[in-house]
Amino acid sequence: MYFEPMNFINNLSYMGLGMLGIFVVIGLIAGVTILLNNATAKIAKKRRK
Amino acid sequence: MSFLYEYLLQLTWQHVVMWCIGGLLIWLAIKKEMEPTLLLPMGFGAILVNLPFSDAAAIGGPLHTLYNAGIANELFPLILFIGIGAMIDFGPLLTNPKLMIFGAAAQFGIFFTLCLASVFFPNINDAASIAVIGAADGPTSIVVAQTLMSDYVGPIMVAAYSYMALVPIIQPPIIKLLTTKKERMIRMPYEAKEVSKATRILFPIVITVIAGLIAPKSVSLIGFLMFGNLIRECGVLDSLSETAQKALANLVTIFLGITIAFQMQADKFLQPETLLILGLGLFAFIFDTAGGVLFAKFLNLFVKKKVNPMIGAAGISAFPMAGRTVHKMGQEEDPQNFLLMHSIGVNVSGQIASVIAGGLILSFFM
Repeated sequence: MYFEPMNFINNLSYMGLGMLGIFVVIGLIAGVTILLNNATAKIAKKRRK
Repeated sequence: MSFLYEYLLQLTWQHVVMWCIGGLLIWLAIKKEMEPTLLLPMGFGAILVNLPFSDAAAIGGPLHTLYNAGIANELFPLILFIGIGAMIDFGPLLTNPKLMIFGAAAQFGIFFTLCLASVFFPNINDAASIAVIGAADGPTSIVVAQTLMSDYVGPIMVAAYSYMALVPIIQPPIIKLLTTKKERMIRMPYEAKEVSKATRILFPIVITVIAGLIAPKSVSLIGFLMFGNLIRECGVLDSLSETAQKALANLVTIFLGITIAFQMQADKFLQPETLLILGLGLFAFIFDTAGGVLFAKFLNLFVKKKVNPMIGAAGISAFPMAGRTVHKMGQEEDPQNFLLMHSIGVNVSGQIASVIAGGLILSFFM
């Protein structure tokens, strides 16, 4: 059976890049969502006035 | 008279073992109500394809035809995603978008398992496909495994769907190990805020564009999911939304479940690697849970308004089981603690994050 423990170390870069990528994308989506919420709330407030 | 027993003589112990596995999946589906929509068709399909000289499993037979039509080209899981997107209400998440960060943290198990799986599988594509079991999302697991042409699609599917159903059993011991009673009792008051229709409509479009620009390989996955959600939220396609949620999702699920069994033929499934894959899949789920909880605890070092670290565990994509499990655990510690809206918000963010993780994995290895 194949067993190469060094591969764990060699592939840690994928873990780093993967988690960084996820946080960047999700952070961006969360930020844009907050902006969307604020923008649409302002528009709704203006319409009520 | 030999025609009556000539095929019977071709029966092997491996076929019988696969019947038992199929029977177990059916039992889990019916008796324990674990993901019955998929485990039952998979279980029955496993029996169909493990009858000697079964024409259901033959090249050119119905399962092979369905496999080529919808699984080999990743079409069935993508169509299923339309239905899933139509079922999801992003409202709890949109009222508190900061919860999305826990969905991101709970994908840790995928990448950690990638490193671990590479120790046992020389082909990195196989290791990556196995790691995506941690996405706790059947369609994502199928799409990634098929796109990366993994040899282990069958065991990966069985692991993904079985563990999704086992979330209420897998998560609580991990959460209790990593948190104190005091932490589990942290209350998180929910302030109901109205989310505008414009936000609900723009959200799926914006997510697709952002995710697509950064990880183009995720466009199919995230796009179909968000398309389903847009049908739901636009307000002018109620009949399509209902069709997507019910008829379409059920129809594709029937075909998906029984067709996946094409990969459960004894010679492919009964390999030592299958047990290893099941073990690595469990490992991925455990470290997804741990990643979400530990991130929440880390965040609590810096924030005044503490979060209940259990909600980090809800970032695993198994919707809505993970969200409900966390809420239930919160209620066990403090019956007045209502974590449901927060945990469901984190749970749906995990759905998005798991799809992005799948897209990133495809970007790395394609």
